[in-house]
Amino acid sequence: MSTTAPTPPLVKLNRLGLPQSDYRGSKTTLCAGCGHNAISERIIDACYEMGVDPHRFVKLSGIGCSSKAPAYFLGRSFGFNSVHGRMPSVATGAVLANASLQALGISGDGDTASIGLGQFLHLMRRNLPLIYIIEDNGVYGLTKGQFSATADLGAKQKSGVINEMPALDTCALAVLSGATLVARSFSGDKKQLTAILKAALAHRGTVMIDVISPCVTFNDHEGSTKSYKFVLEHEEAMQELSFVPSFEDIAVDYDPGTTLDVPMHDGSHLRLRKLGVDFNPTDRQQALRVLTDANANEEVLTGIFYVDTKKPDFIAQLGMVDTPLAQLPENVVRPAPAVLEEVMASLQ
Amino acid sequence: MATMSVAPPVSGVLLNDFSLQVATVNGSGSQSSNLVLLRTIFQMGVPISGKNLFPSNIAGLPTWFTIRASRHGYVARKKEIDFLIAMNPETVREDVLGLDPGASVLYDEPLKANDLRHDVTFYPVPFDKLVAGVCPDAKLRKLVRNMIYVGCAAHLMNMEMEEVERALRQQFKKKQKAADLNWGAVKAGFDYAVTNFPQPDRCRLERIAGALSKTAGKIIIEGNAAAALGCLFAGVTVVAWYPITPSSSLCEYLIEYLKKYRRTPDGKATFAAVQAEDELAACGMVLGAGWMGARAMTSTSGPGISLMSEFVGLGYYAEIPGVIFDIQRVGPSTGLPTRTAQGDLGFVATLGHGDTRQIILLPGSVEECYEMGIAAFDIAERYQTPIFVLSDLDLAMNHWMAEPFAYPTKPLDRGKVLRAEDLTRLKGDWGRYRDVDGDGIGYRTLPGTDHPAAAFFTRGSGHNERAQYSEKSADYTNNLDRLKRKWEGAREHLPPPVVEHTDSGEVAVIAYGSTQAAMVESLDQLREHKINASYLRLRAYPFAAMVREFVAAHQRVYVVDQNRDGQMFELLQLDLGPELASRLRSVRHYNGLPVDARSLTDAIVALEGAK
Repeated sequence: MSTTAPTPPLVKLNRLGLPQSDYRGSKTTLCAGCGHNAISERIIDACYEMGVDPHRFVKLSGIGCSSKAPAYFLGRSFGFNSVHGRMPSVATGAVLANASLQALGISGDGDTASIGLGQFLHLMRRNLPLIYIIEDNGVYGLTKGQFSATADLGAKQKSGVINEMPALDTCALAVLSGATLVARSFSGDKKQLTAILKAALAHRGTVMIDVISPCVTFNDHEGSTKSYKFVLEHEEAMQELSFVPSFEDIAVDYDPGTTLDVPMHDGSHLRLRKLGVDFNPTDRQQALRVLTDANANEEVLTGIFYVDTKKPDFIAQLGMVDTPLAQLPENVVRPAPAVLEEVMASLQ
Repeated sequence: MATMSVAPPVSGVLLNDFSLQVATVNGSGSQSSNLVLLRTIFQMGVPISGKNLFPSNIAGLPTWFTIRASRHGYVARKKEIDFLIAMNPETVREDVLGLDPGASVLYDEPLKANDLRHDVTFYPVPFDKLVAGVCPDAKLRKLVRNMIYVGCAAHLMNMEMEEVERALRQQFKKKQKAADLNWGAVKAGFDYAVTNFPQPDRCRLERIAGALSKTAGKIIIEGNAAAALGCLFAGVTVVAWYPITPSSSLCEYLIEYLKKYRRTPDGKATFAAVQAEDELAACGMVLGAGWMGARAMTSTSGPGISLMSEFVGLGYYAEIPGVIFDIQRVGPSTGLPTRTAQGDLGFVATLGHGDTRQIILLPGSVEECYEMGIAAFDIAERYQTPIFVLSDLDLAMNHWMAEPFAYPTKPLDRGKVLRAEDLTRLKGDWGRYRDVDGDGIGYRTLPGTDHPAAAFFTRGSGHNERAQYSEKSADYTNNLDRLKRKWEGAREHLPPPVVEHTDSGEVAVIAYGSTQAAMVESLDQLREHKINASYLRLRAYPFAAMVREFVAAHQRVYVVDQNRDGQMFELLQLDLGPELASRLRSVRHYNGLPVDARSLTDAIVALEGAK
């Protein structure tokens, strides 16, 4: 009998004892350099670091390059690639059926702001507990580069065509229609995007994150306002974001004069240190004003525009039982014979 | 003073066998009065049905409510009106001129209906004068005015006033003051009729008492309420809908029942009901919930089905259970949205793009709206596909008699689902779309299943047996063939046809859905014409093998559709193949009104004469 000391693990494990590789998905089929791949990486990072249980996580999407992405992260989670612009309704049904799982919806700018605008707004309006990410590149990639409704006025298509329609600001729409955590980020901003995603995982309600995610094939040229170069030159971060998860020591000092501490539903803390703009993200009207000003100034303003941790989510509004509806047993969902007799008697 | 018109030749008394039509203006509050008449006749042991013919309008346009009393138990629309209550100045002329000679007309005196013809019996009633006497508050008069005709009809038809009062008090339930006020109006009408119309009308009622009663123990219900009860007892947990006539009341009834009967002791809901932003979203929610493992439903009508078609196609390919009630109505957009038809059948049978074949249930009575409302959820989860229940406006929104519904005897069938322990037993080796049992139905796992191999990725057509992305031809055809096998396999596991054979082997009829009520009456009429027809009532698509045998056993088979193109006739032709298809003849009814027996009989007699 020989005893050997246990070999120290070569791979780092998270608080669930899972390696980061357990959060990976299948190999991406998107273009090399696509912003969407970077977003997938950030989702993997955030879920790994937060210790998200992959089997308690679901990923839903619509149609488009963005909507293929859920196959490329969290391979141990259920995924549903639905139809164009209709992910919100599928996600709504799924969340209602089992609200105990964390749901993530991935959409694109065409999928959200054109064909899916109605469902997008109604999802926000219900404050469905879900993280909604728009992988926003201003063009339709899979159909070869047509403008979407988030393309800026005056932006130039690869073929030289100038966009003559103003952009829809999905963040402003989300704030207006009832989302309770609204942010914009950039696929190239690793630190900010990861912090926002972690806050999203801690939030209970609709989280809407518009992530500018350049399309290297159809929208990364001179004259585009969604290219890497343009965003790097025009990005203005409103805050320096940090996220303190519930399972970590929160005794890190911060200056209440410059930093806002937002306690999240799960006991974690989101901290926003003001940068250029003097701004309180719990003020809805101010959020709308800041967004309007940024659009007028052609700035790519990023950060958290709005957060409301008090508003009841859709599940709470509906007064549902804690047990997932999908798991209720027959004796709970099929009323007793006396109920049928009572109804029949009332009809005689 | 009322004047009796020139007395027409009164033909025989129509004892417990007549149709009564009330012509009013939409929004004038006549529904309570009409339901009191309906219930009174029912309480006297006489079988009834009540049909509301209403416009697409809130107030102001003409509306007709027809009650049929039939000691034979016939509950379809009767083509002829025997007794008309004419309250609408807009339609009085058309209504009165449309009657057969010998009919009766009770009318609002200022309408001067008696000037229109001389071969019907007229009963003029001064409604405004009478209502002023019983309702001092002028604002309420509009609401009680129509109760006066209830009293008049009660006298003329020998209704029992105790039953009228019972029906009225049931109608107003806890609203004692309203009940008293309305009862006063009924009595005023009754007294007026006693004084001014001493002779009873030829449309007359007589209690069918005791054991002979044909209504004792029965219920009156609309098909949509029956279907809602089906969903309730099927254990539905997610309801997503968008308002559309004539389907709205299904979900409205269901939500009412759910709120009352599906809460935990601490008041928590064991359901979620969402009024969606449109039918696309409603269908998407059903699929999302079905994917997650909940029993989910929506109800809609033709225009909503159009909007749902993309999702339904996805549901077929991704193999997600869900129940969709299609309460059929006439055509698209505006026009006749409040009229009935069986016009969506052909559309729904192959709904979705690409190769699709749907499973459809066809309730023919309110009992079946309930039973199929339950069965649809079992079938949806067994076959892992959207299931359609095709009802129509006539069945769904009109009042039908029925035996009290039976409590389900079978437990819920949740279909083929693998749990974590099953996956452990299988060592994680499973494929979502693998045909393990040879019936085309794979095993599914539900999100949240705690096993590393549980998760799969759901998408449309491009996947292999393990639900992995694939554009390989072999994977695609394999999947398509399996889906067809699954659909074919459903034939003998859906509600089977109901068959009544006769010995002749010559003539037969195939009908479905709300045509049932008119068909049974028509079969009796056909016998008077020496046509002794067998009858098969279809209750599901795809068809059971029995349908083929039935057609093969007869020379001429009439297929009755309530649509212009004979959609069931066409589906049968496709299914049976050319040789048997040549035995089929199409009978079509498509005027927006519920089908009546006489029209069917006339059509079949004519075709038989021309055979």
